[in-house]
Amino acid sequence: MSAPLHDLGVAELAQAFADKQVSSVEATAHLLERAAAHAHLGAWLCIDADAALAQARSADALRAQGHASPLLGVPLAHKDIFVTRDLPTTAGSKMLANYRSPFDATVVARLAAAGTVTLGKLSCDEFAMGSGNENSAWGPVKNPWDLTRVPGGSSGGSAAAVAARLVPAATGTDTGGSIRQPASFSGVTGIKPTYGVCSRFGMIAFASSLDQAGPMARSAEDCALLLGAMSGFDERDSTSVQRPPQDYAALMHAPRPGATAAQPLKGLRVGLPREFFPAALSADVDHAVRAALAEMEKLGATLVDVSLPRTELSIPVYYIIAPAEASSNLSRFDGVRYGHRAAKYTDLLDMYKKTRAEGFGPEVKRRIMIGSYVLSHGYYDAYYLQAQKLRRMIADDFQRCFAECDVIAGPVAPSVAWKLGGQNDDPVANYLADIFTLPASLAGLPGMSVPAGFAASGEGAGMPVGLQLIGNYFQEGALLHAAHAFQQATDWHRRAPQGVGA
Amino acid sequence: MTTKLTGPLIRGYEVVIGLETHAQLSTRSKIFSGSSTQFGAAPNTQASPVDLALPGTLPVMNRGAVERAIRFGVAVGARVAHQSIFARKNYFYPDLPKGYQISQYETPVVQGGVVEFFVGEVQHRVNLTRAHLEEDAGKSLHEDYAGQTGIDLNRAGTPLLEIVTEPDMRSSVEAAEYAKTLHALVVWLGICDGNMQEGSFRCDANVSVRKPGAPYGTRREIKNLNSFKFLQQAIDCEVQWQIDLIEDGGAVQQATALFNPNGNGGRGETRAMRSKEEAHDYRYFPDPDLPPLVIAPEWIEQVRAAMPELPRAMAERFQREHGLPEYDALAATQSKAHAAFFEAATALCRAPKLVANWMMGELARRLNADGLAIDNSPVGAATLGALIGRIGDGTISNTGARQIFDALWVGESTDVDALIESKGLRQLNDTGELDRLIDDLLAANAKSVEEYRAGKDKAFNALVGQAMKATKGKANPAQVTELLKKKLG
Amino acid sequence: MALTPEDVARIAHLARLEFQPAEQAAMLGQLNAFFSIVEQMSAVDTRGVEPLHTPLSAISDVTLRLRDDVVTESDQRELNQRSAPAVEDGLFLVPRVVE
Repeated sequence: MSAPLHDLGVAELAQAFADKQVSSVEATAHLLERAAAHAHLGAWLCIDADAALAQARSADALRAQGHASPLLGVPLAHKDIFVTRDLPTTAGSKMLANYRSPFDATVVARLAAAGTVTLGKLSCDEFAMGSGNENSAWGPVKNPWDLTRVPGGSSGGSAAAVAARLVPAATGTDTGGSIRQPASFSGVTGIKPTYGVCSRFGMIAFASSLDQAGPMARSAEDCALLLGAMSGFDERDSTSVQRPPQDYAALMHAPRPGATAAQPLKGLRVGLPREFFPAALSADVDHAVRAALAEMEKLGATLVDVSLPRTELSIPVYYIIAPAEASSNLSRFDGVRYGHRAAKYTDLLDMYKKTRAEGFGPEVKRRIMIGSYVLSHGYYDAYYLQAQKLRRMIADDFQRCFAECDVIAGPVAPSVAWKLGGQNDDPVANYLADIFTLPASLAGLPGMSVPAGFAASGEGAGMPVGLQLIGNYFQEGALLHAAHAFQQATDWHRRAPQGVGA
Repeated sequence: MTTKLTGPLIRGYEVVIGLETHAQLSTRSKIFSGSSTQFGAAPNTQASPVDLALPGTLPVMNRGAVERAIRFGVAVGARVAHQSIFARKNYFYPDLPKGYQISQYETPVVQGGVVEFFVGEVQHRVNLTRAHLEEDAGKSLHEDYAGQTGIDLNRAGTPLLEIVTEPDMRSSVEAAEYAKTLHALVVWLGICDGNMQEGSFRCDANVSVRKPGAPYGTRREIKNLNSFKFLQQAIDCEVQWQIDLIEDGGAVQQATALFNPNGNGGRGETRAMRSKEEAHDYRYFPDPDLPPLVIAPEWIEQVRAAMPELPRAMAERFQREHGLPEYDALAATQSKAHAAFFEAATALCRAPKLVANWMMGELARRLNADGLAIDNSPVGAATLGALIGRIGDGTISNTGARQIFDALWVGESTDVDALIESKGLRQLNDTGELDRLIDDLLAANAKSVEEYRAGKDKAFNALVGQAMKATKGKANPAQVTELLKKKLG
Repeated sequence: MALTPEDVARIAHLARLEFQPAEQAAMLGQLNAFFSIVEQMSAVDTRGVEPLHTPLSAISDVTLRLRDDVVTESDQRELNQRSAPAVEDGLFLVPRVVE
């Protein structure tokens, strides 16, 4: 075996297990060593080596008995927003320091049932609120491509761990871009499926009508394997979609009608919303994305000009709806049944106020304040209701686009990863940077980030750039197919940051 | 014939009352979780992760709760909404685990409807605004835990149907009668066990007063009235309090109040609550965890078809089939037990009106006195039926029947005929014997006969009296009169 | 329209958050900065547009799934209370509630 163990992706590891080249225990032990060696990245919040090795042993035992499910024995880790029965769950918040859930999230349980090995939990922005992973109560996560930069957020720990080869894959969640943007900033592949495809049961709620779980890995192929195991109907989530299990790997490999080996994307109409290429878009990102689109053309795709006229409006719309839902979802953190309770208080009201003041960080408080305000008496219609109406208009804009194209493509973010501490003082600047990921989130559409190159020059030179692909409802297969074809022709997704070492 | 105009005035003020009733629905499991709703379990042993609002949990709606809401809607002739929305009512309280209550706000599942009942001989109609599904909160136990309050969340998530009336009621008596009728209905429908001690049926009363013809006054809401007696008392206290305030030149402030039956030297008092006052901005919004509840017309029809005969319908049938007056028919259908009692007794004696009279009269009186429910009355339907049968066939007089009833009540015997004999209450209907007896009587009272023939009616009455005396009251007075008239020509 | 310090105090109370004066002042500035980007929203004519409360209703009717009325939970009090700040006799303890 040529490549070092940690360079193997999910499918490659599974193959190596099947070929008896390496065991799950060996792979797990190796990654546990790397976790210790790269602790400075700040990606890990907790690791249970004994539990992981025990899972690996039983996976190897099952394989020895002839079991061969595609993910059997594959080590991975979970964003700390998923509750786990056997590991602490903090959602990146002091509020949940030492919290232990009595049950596993559905996504966690399904990946375990598929035979994966859980190494531990990965850092994220507090309650998944942020785009730099700097809002975690447990410290920032460093971008493996440049330790002075953010990995993106809120699934920053997952992105950094995958990029640094600490895990072949990790789970993430995406409410307004929290899988796609860190995937782009850290040069990994991530997909947010259609709303309702992955169960939200056991995912600590940020904004219930937007939250979706998805995989983050090094390739579309690996994402397809994970998504197949994570997704599917769950009766414990009333917004979970009832449809037969999907074989995303098969959908990803299925050739398009009329496609050839040289032109696997023949006939694919790729829509480019002109609003996704504004003057404000950084030149580095613009170049990388356009180069990637040219590559897709080479592969047979045709580029069509489309419009998402309310792209800019999606910022206020999202930042009203998401905080409104969040302000209500986070009311349960009151210090009564679990979680942090202030040490000193005079009465019940004082206990509530001090507990929540101490337990929540600044960004969470900000969003609770915005959300409570837009729902409060006299403001509901002007803000929340108006935002939900605009949300429908934004969703309808997408349907008009999909009459003219099969997938939509553009940048994930206006810039590459920014410097740690760079935007802390200006929350609104962070909100504006979500402009390209918010529309698909509001519409509940599947979206993906695919490594598309690196900033060639300028202040962010050498930082990864992601290409965003957006599909119509339940078109995850089409996204994965396009991304896979692109990754067969490019090697951006195989590039590893300097210094992740052997 | 509704009393929607001016009701009875109190110190020159008209009382305006609307009720909000929380009926716990009789489902096995909670409205959004699979926890048991059994009453009385050890604290928090029936509080699942969903009920405790643990991180990551989500609500899943119980079909049984929806089915019961439909049953109620059909029963009160309301519109069962094809689509209704669950909303979050946001406020902080230790017995509210999520920091919001899942309820229905803009579009409730049941819209409109009417509840009808009698107060004395007067019929009343109370219009319902709505009935909506929501979850119950937990319980705060205030007994001392080192100066702290203990929270038990077993009740949290128990399904509630909140039934809201228009401000249609004009007296505390009317309000109590409405509440009793509603209580009887939900129990009749089997959607609520009606156990008021356990809090399965709780009323909040919105009370205001106004000078006749004036616009509605400012109302205060008296919360958690869990007996009809308290409901009536609380409203009476509140009305006096409001009138006193206004008469003293004050103005009623909108508030929620609690009723303390022992307050004010045992006369009872209503006092405004402190705790919930600030939390007035509930920030309602549609719950993103729960898509719209859609009820297909077919489902409503299935429920309608499976519905038991409703008290109203049964009362109409009693009027039709047994010729009962409406008032009697409603009394006979005040509960399933009453209706069953009436039908069983009537089947035996074929004297429905007499049965109704006895049920509303003697039986009701004795049941009340002994604080018994009709289903465990010492005198069962069969026995009362037999007794009434003996009145009908003239074997005994009403007075005699009352004596027998007392004997039956105290358990002297259960055999009506045996009691009639042992107490010698059989009426004398044998004409032959009476004939002889009257002949002797006329012979013995020649003087009275003379006076009668001379035109003194009093003399005739004296003769009847003599006859009754001679028969120790067993003679049938009608028969005696008839015979005397014949013989005196 | 800009928020006032009173608005911030009122909302903080509604949300049960305690702010130190400096925090509260900073919060006021940040909220107003945010609402300045919100204003563009109100300019849009949305008459006759149905709000999109759950995304998939953009393409199809999404209706509530109903669960059968069966008890599926057993007593897990110990496990469920393992992260509770204050428990006695199985009850969660809080500062005395005054009604």
